[in-house]
Amino acid sequence: MKRAHILVFLAPAVIVYTVIMVLPLFATLQLSLFRDGGFVGLQNFRTLFGDTRWSASFWNALGNNLWFFIVHMLVQNPIGILLAALLSSPRLRGAAFYRTAIFVPTILSFVVVGFIWKLILSPIWGIAPGMLDAVGLKSLFSPWLGKEGSALTTLALISVWQFVGIPMMLIYAALLSIPDEVLEAAEMDGVTGWSQFWKIKLPLILPSIGIISILTFVGNFNAFDLIYVAQGALAGPNFSTDILGTFFYRTFFGFQLQLGDPNMGATIATVMFGIILAVVCVYLFAIQTRLRRYQF
Amino acid sequence: MFHRLTAAMLAATALTTPAMAQDVTLTIESWRNDDLPIWQEKIIPAFEAAHPGIKLNFAPSAPAEYNAVLNSKLEAGSAGDIITCRPFDASLQMFDKGQLADLTDLPGMANFSDVAKSGWSTDDGSKTFCVPMASVIHGFIYNKSAFDELGLTEPKTVDEFFATLDKIEEEGSYVPMAMGTADQWEAATMGYQNIGPNYWKGEEGRKALIAGTAKLTDPQFVAPLEQLAKWGPYLGDGYQAQTYPDSQNLFTLGRAAIFPAGSWEIGIFGPQIAGAFEMGAFPPPVPASGDKCYISDHTDIGIGLNAASKNADAARTFLDWVASPEFATLYANALPGFFPLSNAEVKLDDPLAQEFISWRGECESTIRSSYQILSRGTPNLENEMWNVSASVINGTVTPADGAKKLQDGLESWYKPGEATAPVAN
Repeated sequence: MKRAHILVFLAPAVIVYTVIMVLPLFATLQLSLFRDGGFVGLQNFRTLFGDTRWSASFWNALGNNLWFFIVHMLVQNPIGILLAALLSSPRLRGAAFYRTAIFVPTILSFVVVGFIWKLILSPIWGIAPGMLDAVGLKSLFSPWLGKEGSALTTLALISVWQFVGIPMMLIYAALLSIPDEVLEAAEMDGVTGWSQFWKIKLPLILPSIGIISILTFVGNFNAFDLIYVAQGALAGPNFSTDILGTFFYRTFFGFQLQLGDPNMGATIATVMFGIILAVVCVYLFAIQTRLRRYQF
Repeated sequence: MFHRLTAAMLAATALTTPAMAQDVTLTIESWRNDDLPIWQEKIIPAFEAAHPGIKLNFAPSAPAEYNAVLNSKLEAGSAGDIITCRPFDASLQMFDKGQLADLTDLPGMANFSDVAKSGWSTDDGSKTFCVPMASVIHGFIYNKSAFDELGLTEPKTVDEFFATLDKIEEEGSYVPMAMGTADQWEAATMGYQNIGPNYWKGEEGRKALIAGTAKLTDPQFVAPLEQLAKWGPYLGDGYQAQTYPDSQNLFTLGRAAIFPAGSWEIGIFGPQIAGAFEMGAFPPPVPASGDKCYISDHTDIGIGLNAASKNADAARTFLDWVASPEFATLYANALPGFFPLSNAEVKLDDPLAQEFISWRGECESTIRSSYQILSRGTPNLENEMWNVSASVINGTVTPADGAKKLQDGLESWYKPGEATAPVAN
């Protein structure tokens, strides 16, 4: 056993990870196969997808979650890339300040962010109606968080505001790692400005964008805190902001007079795990392996 | 030997704790974190003075998390000795699991009526597991100074109620009614359950629902939703995103004239308003002049014993004290708006609290229609009522559709007459 030391060094991490992550995960999967203490096979899953009420709630939550993710992909990541491109421009003054200022919301707690935005957007005390009024656009204001049509998008944009710093930082780091030689060679060949960004830089940062997309996906499909803080566990109005996380919470822990149902909760958690696992696998095996990597 | 002796004495006397006993500390689980100062300054000193040897530690958690936190603690065996009980199924389930001790034989239980005990008794009423502590009454609190200024009087009927709202609206200096739909429960609890009993005749309608002889789609249950549907225009701008604390502040700052309320607001509003204006209260207006009035006088807080407590004897001593008239008086006056359920005569000092409790004499009392038995299944009737009431006020669901949704949801699992176990599935 010449390599026994590998096992020894791996052991602490593996043991801790197993005890606090892997075992609970399997316990959850196991819980989803039981009901009233007895083994029922896939019965809970049949209820979740077969019962009209359960399935309506589930598809509603999944649909909302998908929209939550789409908003992030369409708004957060392009803005993140744009900001990174601006920050990496050598002509920009005060880059360090902007970088920090944009990143700061990321380190704030969800509770703080949810509360601040609720106050900003409050039709009674908020500064949003006043600011719109000052420029004569008061008519555009509406209680966005209270309307079925706009509540989820508003929350998604709040989340974008909070987390736009993360794609920005990752892309910024990727842009900085592009060697000057490559860019100089491009300039020699007459590729400058925007075409340089599209043809040289963007292909080189694609792996980072891929990683950001998958992080965004995992984060969004595990999201819960912001909705819970801003709209409560019933994810109002009329469940228009209900995502898988809040649906799971209500089911597992119960809410008000509704008693918790750990078995159905675990079933939802298992489905969430399955969705995230499937998408991450698709990404890892189908997309990431095809991304071209450049060695300098 | 000494400890055994004291333990034996404790068990034997139970009512009066011998002073020589070693101090035991009882930890009280509660969701009433608003009450922390009252417990620390009034209730705990009063009890400890009378019962040397028993110390109390009031350890509340946030209301929204209480049920989940308490369940986890009970499962893990780390819950306190005394458990503040939510009414009906949440506590009944704990009793059935053996987590709450049977208190049927507690001497102080004699001070309570069966209705008062209903929130914490088994379905057949044979066993009681929590001492009833307080009920809350629904009604409307109004800004008396504003009413005087606008020359308005307390509305007695629904028509008068809307006429009053119209006048406040026309005059324009006050938001007619302070309520939002963002938190949803306000719409159901202070809306539907507040005005509803007048239509479904209190206990008669509530029991008919349980017996299956009435449906939520019957006119008497749809009518309150129809009234709610007309509330929207009288609520402030952007009420869809207005939260419960927003509504409270609108009223206490004197910007709104009427607040659909639960009596628990009395203790909150009093200090906040600090005399800036006078408050009054009127019971939910009746549909037609001369109709009998019904109020929601909801059993809300009980207090019980963790079956796994190591200090059960001391805890019983404490609970018996909670059941006494002494505690009822202390609690009702420390927390105006939480009315004792005890049969004992209790004198209230707060005029607004007196107003609320005086309705018990004029009107029939009932409890919230969804709390007993009907919220045992999935979908949960109470949660559905939150959703439907808020949607009806927002105008996104019609009263008829909303009522249908409630009834369909209830019918999907509730079969009247069949025993349903108080579990989630």
